[in-house]
Amino acid sequence: MTTTTLNEVAADEGALSTLRRGLRLSPEFRAGLTGTLLLALVATAGRVVVPIAVQQTLDKGLSDTGAPHTAFIRTAVLLCAVAVLVTAVSAYAMNVRLYKTTEGGLAALRVKAFRHVHDLSMLTQNGERRGALVSRVTGDVDQISQFMQFGGLMIIVSLGQLAVASVLMLVYSWPLALLVWAAFLPLTFALRRFQRLVSAAYTRVRERMGDLLAAVSESVVGAPVIRAYASEERTAERVDATVDEHRRAQTRAQGLVAMTFPTSEMVAAAATAAVVVAGTLLGVGGHLTAGELVAFLFLVTLFVSPMQTATETLNEAQNAIAGWRRVLGVLDTVPDVADPGEAGQTLPRGPIEVRFEEVGFAYPGGPPVLHGVNAAIAPRSRVAIVGQTGSGKTTLAKLLTRLMDPVSGRVLVDGVPLDRVRFSSLRERVVMVPQDGFLFDATLADNVRYGRPGATDGELAAAIAELGLADWLDGLPRGLDTPVGQRGESLSAGERQLVALARAYVAAPDLLVLDEATSAVDPATEVRIQRALDGVTRGRTAISIAHRLSTAEAADEVIVFDAGRIVQRGPHAELVAVPGVYADLHRSWIAQRSI
Amino acid sequence: MLWVAVKAEPTVFTVSVLASALYAAMTVATAQVLGWVTQDVMLPAFRSGHTTAGALSGAAAAIVGVALFKALGVAGRRFYAGLMQYRMQARYRREVTRQYLRLPLAWHHRHPTGQLLSNANADVEAAWAPIAPLPMAVGVVVMLLIAAVSILLTDTVVAIVGFLVFPAIALLNVVYQRRLSPVATRAQRLRAEVSEVAHESFEGGLVVKTLGREESETERFRAGAEALRDANVAVGRIRGLFDPVLEALPNLGVLAVLLIGSARLQSGAMTAGDLVHVAYLFTLLAWPIRALGWVLAEVPRSVVGWERVRGVLDAGGSMPFGGRALDEDKAAALEVRRVRFGYEADGDGADEDLGTEATGEGRAQGRQVLRDVSFTAAPGRTIALVGPTGSGKSTLTSLLVRLVDPSDGSVLLDGLDVRDVRQGGVAETAALVPQQTFLFDDTVRDNVALGLDLPDERIWEALRLAQADGFVAALADGLDTRVGERGATLSGGQRQRLALARALVRRPRLLVLDDATSSVDPQVEARILQSLREAQAAEGGGGATVIVVAYRKATIALADEVVFLERGTVAAQGSHAELLERSEGYRELVNAYERAEAEREAEAREAELETGGLETGELETGERRPAGQEAFEGGEGALA
Repeated sequence: MTTTTLNEVAADEGALSTLRRGLRLSPEFRAGLTGTLLLALVATAGRVVVPIAVQQTLDKGLSDTGAPHTAFIRTAVLLCAVAVLVTAVSAYAMNVRLYKTTEGGLAALRVKAFRHVHDLSMLTQNGERRGALVSRVTGDVDQISQFMQFGGLMIIVSLGQLAVASVLMLVYSWPLALLVWAAFLPLTFALRRFQRLVSAAYTRVRERMGDLLAAVSESVVGAPVIRAYASEERTAERVDATVDEHRRAQTRAQGLVAMTFPTSEMVAAAATAAVVVAGTLLGVGGHLTAGELVAFLFLVTLFVSPMQTATETLNEAQNAIAGWRRVLGVLDTVPDVADPGEAGQTLPRGPIEVRFEEVGFAYPGGPPVLHGVNAAIAPRSRVAIVGQTGSGKTTLAKLLTRLMDPVSGRVLVDGVPLDRVRFSSLRERVVMVPQDGFLFDATLADNVRYGRPGATDGELAAAIAELGLADWLDGLPRGLDTPVGQRGESLSAGERQLVALARAYVAAPDLLVLDEATSAVDPATEVRIQRALDGVTRGRTAISIAHRLSTAEAADEVIVFDAGRIVQRGPHAELVAVPGVYADLHRSWIAQRSI
Repeated sequence: MLWVAVKAEPTVFTVSVLASALYAAMTVATAQVLGWVTQDVMLPAFRSGHTTAGALSGAAAAIVGVALFKALGVAGRRFYAGLMQYRMQARYRREVTRQYLRLPLAWHHRHPTGQLLSNANADVEAAWAPIAPLPMAVGVVVMLLIAAVSILLTDTVVAIVGFLVFPAIALLNVVYQRRLSPVATRAQRLRAEVSEVAHESFEGGLVVKTLGREESETERFRAGAEALRDANVAVGRIRGLFDPVLEALPNLGVLAVLLIGSARLQSGAMTAGDLVHVAYLFTLLAWPIRALGWVLAEVPRSVVGWERVRGVLDAGGSMPFGGRALDEDKAAALEVRRVRFGYEADGDGADEDLGTEATGEGRAQGRQVLRDVSFTAAPGRTIALVGPTGSGKSTLTSLLVRLVDPSDGSVLLDGLDVRDVRQGGVAETAALVPQQTFLFDDTVRDNVALGLDLPDERIWEALRLAQADGFVAALADGLDTRVGERGATLSGGQRQRLALARALVRRPRLLVLDDATSSVDPQVEARILQSLREAQAAEGGGGATVIVVAYRKATIALADEVVFLERGTVAAQGSHAELLERSEGYRELVNAYERAEAEREAEAREAELETGGLETGELETGERRPAGQEAFEGGEGALA
């Protein structure tokens, strides 16, 4: 059974394991990582320069009488200034390295995920919202980059800062160091618990954001309907409701985050007060110098900022991990309709023969739509597939072009099982024109050229003329340079179909599969195209699926589908003469086109 | 822009600024307290070798007390500033969407969907992002002022260091933002482009697949992703340079304070406690000042976002409405009078394209879609609009229900120019079923009623007329079944029938069908047409005037009159029979299938004479024909 949903990495996969897998997948991240980390360490160590300088000045620079040793202080300050500068330079070097490696790795990850989305089967792609797929190569990757350049770095720097400060504290006075730790340790545990609440709150914010976007998108994409039915007010209310829900979720999350700041402020104050009291007592006992005590006060401030940013940093980390999981989820999804690649066969060019052997198909979780279909389509024949909606015609076309694989049985082209044919060869030889031919936001020429890159404008115009569409092209003031708009929406539905047809035609496939490809085109043009195709595709195999039975009348052979089975097969003249599904369909068709 | 926010949320803003100021004052006080503790509690204790419980508890109380107020300040600031940001974002999201609903479709056509979505989402977000830290920025300024006074009171010479260091930080911040702004804006634009490429490419996934163009699509995306990477690295270089410098400056300041301070100490101008106080203040101030820098870093992004949002809100040309009502209850009279329509000339070309590159201005330029189209439909009549692909039929239908206005000429309903009708008036009178249906992610009932409060019987009646009652009844929850995003759970034909029911349930006085049954099986279509005809007959005089875009003769047969469009003009007009006689183009169009059939039969007869019969295919029962050897060999040459 085929899977049609993206592989979500099990949610219980540990963050570290995701991180490891993610890093393994993008070797760019690891390049020069040691150097970057060393620089980060130097940059972090610089943070304790000031406390040391203060301590030295107070203890050694100022004698007991209060008279400063100017020379000593000058030397100490100078040394510290050099240390500060070294720190700054290291930080700069580290930043540049970090940006270069992370951005390089993420760009590669984006491209890899993008390619993989295209490699996924049509069913998998359709099972996802387009917007969700786009997020995999945009927002999710951005989240990882945000984390690597800020949050993740912050974690490393914070940990380094805590470590360096702790070491220095231990050097100055271990009892005081323990005291500071005793004050901050409970806070770290509290923050960890707290972060889970915050994270849940942010998850809600994101869910509400999804609803909001869906509502806004309806108001944009559905604008014509909203206008035609004057349902602006209703739509606005729907949008307002989602906007407010989103705002409420945000406010709640904000309330939680706002709590962490006063908490860490209070803990820091308690620690400072405790240091002052205990330090003074220790000093009285002769175990601590005044400078060391003051240095401690400075060192305590180094504990505060990591705590204050911890909740947000951890959240960012969690989002990044979640984003990374989603990207990995795409890459982990094995395409269920896979390209055999190098191992596959390349078909020689020439007319194609197709065979269906006991082909059965069911959409995942759905009832069977094709049952044991057997059929052979001879090379160079023009076959029409007819039948009521839902009888399995389109499914057959999708199996034939290997947009899906059959659940049982097999499809062969020129005697080779379809799943053994390399995609590069298959896509060159078998091209399908779907009912709703998607166009790219470019000119008409660009869209037709999509079928054969490198074709000149002259060749494109000639191909369009061959299809009997020269008049239509001449009627466009800008001709081939006509911009078609987003999704081709500047053209009418019928015109979009003409462009999609021309696009497939210039690709010059050996087997052309038309799935309702001219359903929105006027009859005269349709007939013209049909005749043109008959002429120019002579020698090629053509399969058309159509409601309009004019196609069937013109075909060499008609295959009639009913409820997932082939019930009749033969030339039009033969089928129409006997009672049956085809004769019924044809009668209704004749009734349609007569007055 | 800031003023806009302050005006909109004065209370929240005041509270958050006050909380910030409290926080700022307490930050400075913290340093002061520590200086005092050093000078008056710690140093004496160290020197004298003994201390008192009173002095120690006093020191501890002072430290904790100040921190309490500081905590209060920071909590208030964080919460209320966030509140302000979210309220502003919510407010503008609502306004932007309402503007979308107000602006004419012509405006929509010129702006890509992706851009409109990002205006309502990312741009609003960016515009108000610096609002949350704004009170903090105010707080930092307050903090700097208090700190300046506090240092000045301590020692004027040391104060000079502060007055050198802090303005230097501020200046550096300005330079930083100047350098960063263009680079960051570029990165943001590239990010949007990458997203657009991905969106389009995934949406066209089927085409990419069927033509095997995965590789070239990946190259297209790679180009974008790598440009974005380079832009992000450029941003990183600037950030990476300025951040460490901004961090080093206050540290160097502290060192200078120590150097100069010790000299001042010697001359007795200040005490060791003062020194600690000033040094500690520098350490405390470094963080908020850097945070201020981060806020400033958001400003360029915010300005771009704000400009885009304003672009939408300021877009003019919302469709003007008159005050007249259309309140008769019989079929409408329709008159189309010398209507012209071309995309380049449509109403509101004046507004800007919102800062991004030319999105759609040139898109359909120069395309004169309709030229001097005139016809009338008497009440209760049915008119068929017939014409070849691209002749302007769909555009004409959207003019009839006033989705767009003609660039010249007029559309009249019951003798009244639709532009003079009050808002909502045309929608109550006329219903359009477009070629491409759009369903909301909502229940069947809501999709049909679209906000009207209708009894279920009315909805079922409309579904019956549209031949949709059968499949709706078979749905799990009947009328309450949700249809999914864009009606994803339904087939194309089912969606079209729901859209038809949506129009019929309103009992419109003018019904416009734009090839509204193209995805419906012929038999089903025949039944729909039949029930429409019956309903029309039953309604008597109270029925609807119907305009139907049609190719099929059975549909045309419903019509009293045919308007034949060719290249945007009315080429002929009259009854079907008249047009068959008068217009060659019409004849060719509607008889295309019969003619094709006749020609085929003629050819077939010739072929039969030559070859002695067509080859027949076998039935599905199974034996396969041998691979057609000669066809293979003979076929090679025929390939172009």
